[in-house]
Order: sequence, then structure tokens, then C-alpha cells
Amino acid sequence: MARYAMLIDLAACVGCAACAAACVLENEAPPGHNRLWIRQRELGAFPDVTVEYRPEQCLHCEHPPCVPVCPTGASHQTEDGLVLVRAERCIACAACIAACPYDARFMNPAGYVDKCTFCEHRVARGEDPACVETCPTGCRVFGDLDDPESPLHAWLTEAKRVDVLRPEMGTAPKLLYLNTPSKRGLANHESEVES
Amino acid sequence: MKLDRRRFLGLSAASVGAVAFGGRAAALQAPWAVPRKWYDGEVRTVFSYCENCFWKCGITVKVEGGRVRKIDGQKQNPKSRGRLCPRGQAGVAQLYDPDRLKRPLIRVDGSERGEGKYREASWEEALDYVAERMLKIKEQYGPEAVAWFGHGSGDSWFVEYLPAAWGSPNAAKPAVSICTAPRETASQWTFGRPIGGHEPVDWTESRYIVLIGHHIGEDTHNTQLQDFSEALRRGAELVVVDPRFSTAASKAHRWLPIKPGTDLALLLAWIHVLIKENLYDRDYVQKYAVGFEELAVHSNKHTPEWAEEITEIPAETIRTVAREMAAAAPRAVLPPGRHTVWYGDDTQRMRAVYILNALLGNYGMPGGFYLAKKPYLEKYPHPPFPLEPAAGGCSGSSGGEEEVPEGFKPRADKGKFFAKTTAIQELIEPMLSGEPYPIRGLVCYGTNLFHSIPNVPRTKEALKKLDLYVAIDVLPMEHVMWADVILPECTYLERYDDLVAIAHKTPFVELRQPAVEPLWDTKPGWWIARELGLRLGLEKYFPWKDVEEYLDTRLQLIGSSLEEMKQKGTLIQRGRPYLKDWERRRRNPFGTPSGKIELYSKTFAEHGLDPLPDYTPPMPVPQGFYRLLYGRTPVHSFAKTQNNWVLMELKPENEVWINREEGRSLGLRHAEYVWLENDAGVREGPVRVRLTERIRRDCVYLVHGFGHKGRGVRLAYGRGASDNALQTRYVLDPISGGAALRNNFVKVVKGAPRPQRKRIGQLVRERRL
Repeated sequence: MARYAMLIDLAACVGCAACAAACVLENEAPPGHNRLWIRQRELGAFPDVTVEYRPEQCLHCEHPPCVPVCPTGASHQTEDGLVLVRAERCIACAACIAACPYDARFMNPAGYVDKCTFCEHRVARGEDPACVETCPTGCRVFGDLDDPESPLHAWLTEAKRVDVLRPEMGTAPKLLYLNTPSKRGLANHESEVES
Repeated sequence: MKLDRRRFLGLSAASVGAVAFGGRAAALQAPWAVPRKWYDGEVRTVFSYCENCFWKCGITVKVEGGRVRKIDGQKQNPKSRGRLCPRGQAGVAQLYDPDRLKRPLIRVDGSERGEGKYREASWEEALDYVAERMLKIKEQYGPEAVAWFGHGSGDSWFVEYLPAAWGSPNAAKPAVSICTAPRETASQWTFGRPIGGHEPVDWTESRYIVLIGHHIGEDTHNTQLQDFSEALRRGAELVVVDPRFSTAASKAHRWLPIKPGTDLALLLAWIHVLIKENLYDRDYVQKYAVGFEELAVHSNKHTPEWAEEITEIPAETIRTVAREMAAAAPRAVLPPGRHTVWYGDDTQRMRAVYILNALLGNYGMPGGFYLAKKPYLEKYPHPPFPLEPAAGGCSGSSGGEEEVPEGFKPRADKGKFFAKTTAIQELIEPMLSGEPYPIRGLVCYGTNLFHSIPNVPRTKEALKKLDLYVAIDVLPMEHVMWADVILPECTYLERYDDLVAIAHKTPFVELRQPAVEPLWDTKPGWWIARELGLRLGLEKYFPWKDVEEYLDTRLQLIGSSLEEMKQKGTLIQRGRPYLKDWERRRRNPFGTPSGKIELYSKTFAEHGLDPLPDYTPPMPVPQGFYRLLYGRTPVHSFAKTQNNWVLMELKPENEVWINREEGRSLGLRHAEYVWLENDAGVREGPVRVRLTERIRRDCVYLVHGFGHKGRGVRLAYGRGASDNALQTRYVLDPISGGAALRNNFVKVVKGAPRPQRKRIGQLVRERRL
């Protein structure tokens, strides 16, 4: 049993979208859909300005709102804390899409709900998720929170700041953002979106 | 994409019943509609190197069921180290692009160039057609009347091997005079060494980095981005000098929003402070450099106050940064950047950059510049070519006198500038004027003529005048559809190419090998070059039967073999990165006339050029116009990848960046469409406005590579604006031959219609074969 989590260091991320491209190819997301996208937001006014590049995907919440609403049990949480969809049980009712506060799910035209799996097929082989493996800036790290050897702990201790998306939802996400460029944390308005 | 989901959410909330009903219908399909994933099948891996930019990262290609499924970074490769940028990842989508050129095409008799009327032909017929006309040109005008343009790693066959055998000195690459020429020429005459395709900056050891118009993060050169990120993680301070708040600036400790075109003044002021405040590395300069006395006198006038008036950067800031870099020296570095053709005094600006680095004592030292070494590799033992090609690479060779072999003419661009490398844009004029002698034929390999060489209308006129124009390419880009003969090359995932030798901290050789068979009736570049060579009577230069034999011979000569390279992918050798490594072997790395770093260049003085860099103001911006700046997006390479669906979903169009306040004063709204019109009256667009705090008020910015006008590239067509179309003017750098492109000015014209273009996802589905 593990408690998988991912950290993204926003001080390093340049929003290059290598993660997004790797995800599309690894997981064969159909054209027009993606499991992973980048938000870009500018903060401040010339010349005191900064930019937040923020990759987003399923956060694999500890308390995932998308699981209890599923009428068939297709949307479920594994013992390792991954939130997944059993495509063959999915009836495409879209209840989970509506329940997810992060818009992390989409309807695959093949007839089931699709989303980030933290590349569980790779994790099962002892590899990192595709987005982590390819990132040229090395801003992502994946691991097991219950494993004291995991690099997650060092990253968390050294971080100047740790944030989650929409903490008020009480979902306890396991995708955490480190070192937001703004002292006030994650930019939380809808804004320009790339990808 | 994001909007998609939102819209879907809105719909589902409004009409739950309908969705649920649709859902039930879909549920019936689900159990057998769930596709089996490729990674559950039998996956074969093939080592090769990437072609989606020109960084040449080692890749591991994963093939399943006869199809390439995924491309990853090669773990053992010093460039990729197991990681890849988005373009490298998305190579699969180029391979299976249904818009690709599929078989040879010959322009229909009686049609004009640019009309795009073609008939299909066999390879036999197409190659015979080309050879016949080339031989006719040779007979009438001489071999030099055929020019050869090339871009990409396959270009070695078409700007080096074949033109050298054929005997034309007019072989050129846009990667030289439209990109790196100034920094290479300056490096040759300052350090006596090239910068080379892989900038030898010792990023991770550096403690203080100053980027000048260098867009790391927006140019995702993989290794460089990895090292840059690592340097910042290790606590390096970063200063970014740029009129635009680049991605790199967002990681910087200090952003200096300099007035465009005045970088040299800032550099001279930094030199001034280092010398006046005695902050330079005296021992290093004494030991390794010449010309310090002249430099010290010359720099008297370049006070920070003088520079403040020009650059709009406060004198105090200039002083502080100079002191900070000196405090961190020699682990302080000003990297050279890559695209350095800016204002016309570019070689001098790059000289100032290198002089500053030398004063910091960092060249050949940890945390500064390391000394890159080429790996040991032998040429194929073919008979010597009549000519040495001068196309240069990313690393141009030096200037000075050059011998032309008996019976051959000098290059058509010769005499216009100092460097030895060919300036591609200077080969256009001879096509039109016939001066200094006529160029009547053009073989164009992978060079986007309408998205790289400035003054596109002139290029189009020149193409109309030619007796023969052959394009060798993968996609039907607009300029390709002007050719008399189109030879469809297969992609880098379907072919061998020549070995690449990478000068690096640890020099290495990489192999490109096919992961799958070529699709349709496409052929690899080496095959096209050889077949053409045989038809041109050059068979003695092609003693090899196929490329495997060619590669194996070259590898056997260095004690390896093709078989070994196929297994390894990358062959790593030992480097000599620092001065101490050279001194231990009693070798001198500095190939300058004096054998030292030349702060003052005697050779320049002897050729009537400024021996020390001095500031010249850039062309002024006319009233009502903005200076057009341009750059990169991390997900595209030049104008090469805008038909790749994976990348186009990430970035489907470019926007014109305008300072928010300036835009408001013009009455512009964010995201509205406008035209851009330059001071020669050329109109481009429509393009979306991006009002932003991230740029000065006196300039606008476009990402390069959009605004494709070729209808055959169905995803790329009609999205965004082309900076190249607006670059009708350039200033020739008299030293390097570089075409300085930041001398174009545009105004914003309101009222452009929103282009009626389908979403990329929908187009991809419709395009499916």
C-alpha cells in the first residue's frame, strides 16, 4: 500500500508543456481533449510583474468528490490512493465530470470518462509518470508519502511555500504546488489559458 | 481545451436528462470500445536522435504494432538525459501527418511558379528531370550557378556533400546568417574558438548568470533548459536584460527592461565599471588576454551615466549588477544566446559580451564557459571534393582571406562582409540581378524560404527568375509548392542520416536510424543525394552502395561499428573542458592570431573594422510605429511544426504582445483581431492582440513561425501572423554577414475580421485517412 503524490515546483516550471505533449502520446488522449494542461497568469504591473506557469491535471484527492457520485463504481479510489475510472464499467453519465471541482475529467469519444491516472501502468513497473520523466526543468517529483525514503519529503521541507488548488473544497489533493511566484499563493482567477 | 470542458459542464448541468440518455447509449458500447493501450503490446525500442528542433537530442523511439507510439529522451545521451521537450515528444504526430508529401511531383507544363499545379511522377522521372536541367545550367553558366540551401541534420547531403562534389561554393544555411553568424564570428576573433551548436556555458557551476535577449524556457533547448533550471535550484542569481518580460525574466532576481537596440551601451558600461572599479580578474587577463590597455582607454567614455541616457536603465543599477557579477566571478557568466542578428552591429555587440566574460576571468573556468571539444570521427574515404563547402553550421568559421581552387569562382556573396561563412540572404540578389554572376538554379532542402529569409517579396521574384527550383521536404509548405520538382523526403523517424559529432563537455557521436519503414513513396535524403549524384556524373564521390555501408565504414575507422552504434545510440568520448586540462597537456586552446584572448582585435583594425566595440544607435522607430520584436514559443520550432496536431493543440496561433496601457491608448481590446502593417506598407494577419504588462511601450512582439499561407498544410494554414512577412528590411552586419532583423517597424490596424478557422481537434478528426 502506498499513498502516491506529486509535487510541482512552480519556481522551476517554465510552462513549456513537455508534460502535456508526453501525456497525450503516452495515454493517447483523443484530439480535442487532454488530461493535462498549463495555465499561465501574469501578476502585477509593468515593470513589477511576474508570471505563474501552472500545469494542472487530476489531483488524486484523498476525498475525491467524483467517486461517491458514480452510480456504477467505475470511478473509484485504489488502495494506493489513485483515483481511477474503470472504463468498462463507465456508463458515461458524466456525474463525476460535474462533481470534479477542478475540471480534470472529460468524456472520451470512445464512450467513457477519461482523466489523468498518474500513469498507474508506468508506476506499476516502477517508473515515473510520463509527465515527470520528460520534464526538462525537473520541476515535478512523484512518490509515496508513506515512504520515508521518498524525495517528496525533502522537497516539502525545503519548499518556501506549499499550496493546493481550492483548499476550501476539503478534497485534500495529492498534487501539491511548491514555491508559487506570488507571495499570496496560487493565482486563483480564471485567466489566459494555454493548452 | 479548457473551455471545452467548461462548456460541457454547463450543458450537462442544464440538461441532465439528455446527457444521461446519451450516456446509456454510450454505455452499451463501452466494454468493447475501450481501446487496448499500446503499452500493453509488444514494444520495441530504437535509439536515434531528434529532428524537431536542431538541438539533436538522443531519443528512444518506442514502436508497437508497426507504429511509432512514443518518443522519450535517451537516458545515456548527454543532450537529453532521458528527458525531452514538447516538440521532441510530439514527433510521432509529424510522422503520421496525412498532409505529408507522398510522392514526387513535377510542376505542370505551362503553369507559373506559385500556382501550385502539379502532376505525380516516379522517382526515376523526377530525378532525371532535375539532373538534366542542372547539367544544362552547369554547361551554360558553370556549377556555381546552382545554389544549395539546407536546414536540418539531413542537410549535410545537400549543402556539404553534394555541392562540394558538384563544385558550387554557393551553399548556405539559414542557421548561419539569419541566426548565429555574429556570435560565431565574434567568438572566433576573440577566443579563436567557435561557440558551436551547443553553447558551452557551464550553467550548473555558475553562481551569477546574465541573459541578454536570451529566451531560455521559450526556446526549450533541452539540455540548456535542464542546466539552467539546475543552476537556479543551486542558488545562482539571474539577471535578465530584455525589453520584454520573458519566461526567463519570470525566474530572474532582476529584470532590466532595456530600450530595444541599446544592449551594446549597457555592455560597454559594465566593462567600464569592471575596469574603473578594478573589479576585473587582473591575473586572468594578464595571463590569457591581449589588448587590455587599449580597452581601458577606450572604455573611459562609457560611464553608467552615459549608458543610462541610452538604455533607460538607471546608472546605479548598472553599477550594482557589475559589482555583483564581479563578486561572483569567475562563476559569473554572460551566455552568448543563439539568434544574434538584431541591429546590424551584432558582431561588435557579441565581442563586448565576450570581452566582459574575459574580464570576469571565466573562459575555460568552472561556472563560466567550458572548452567544448569535437569528438574524434573520420570522414568517409571518398576522393577529395573539388571544393570545401562554406555553408558553416550553427558554428561559422572565421573570416579573412580564402583561397578559391583553380577553375572555380568565389562565392556570389563574397566581398560584402568579413566572415568566411556564406550569407544565405545575399544569394537571393544574384538570382535577380545576375551580379556578380548569375544563379540560375536552387536546390532547397528543408529551408523555409518564406519564413526565414527576410524580404519575402524579393525571394518570390527571385524564384520566378530561376531555370530550376527543386524542393526536398516533408510537408507541402508554401515555398515548397513553388518548386519545379518536389522530392518528398521521409521523416527522421523513417531514415538514416549522417553521423553527428557533438562538441560538448563530453564529446559524443550520435546515430540516426529508422524506427519504421518510410510511408508512401518517400525516400531518405541520403538516397536522394546519391541518386542525384549518380545522374550528375559524380559517381566517383559515391563509392558506397547505401548509407549503412557509408556509416559502418566511418564507424569502423574509429573502432566502432554500425551494429554497435545501433545498440548504443550514443558514443561518448572524453572531453577537456577547462583551461587546466589543456595546460596539463601543454596545449593552447586559443586559436586567435596572438594565441590569446583578443580584447583588442588587430585583425579587425587591419581590415578597417573597429578593433574594439563601440555603440552605434539602432535605426530609429518612425512616429506611430513600434519596433517589431520576435521570439519563440516552447512548443514550436521555427515555422516547421505548425502542422503537428499535438503541438498545435498546445499553441494554435500566435498573438501580438502590446503593452496594456499602450494598447488601451490605441483603443485595443484584449484578444481582438488586428492587422499589422510595416513601414513599407506590407500588411499581415489577422492576429490576436495580447495586452500585457510584460513588454515596454515602444515595441511589440510576435512569436515566430505562424501565419502559414500554404493551403496544403491544413492545420498550419491561416493561423496567426508571420513576423518574416513583416521583415522586408534587414541591415547587413558588415563583419559576420548576418541579416539584422530587428529593424522593422509596424503599426496596429484595427478592424481585422476574426479568422473562420475550425478547432484543431475537429480538423484532426476530419483529416484522418
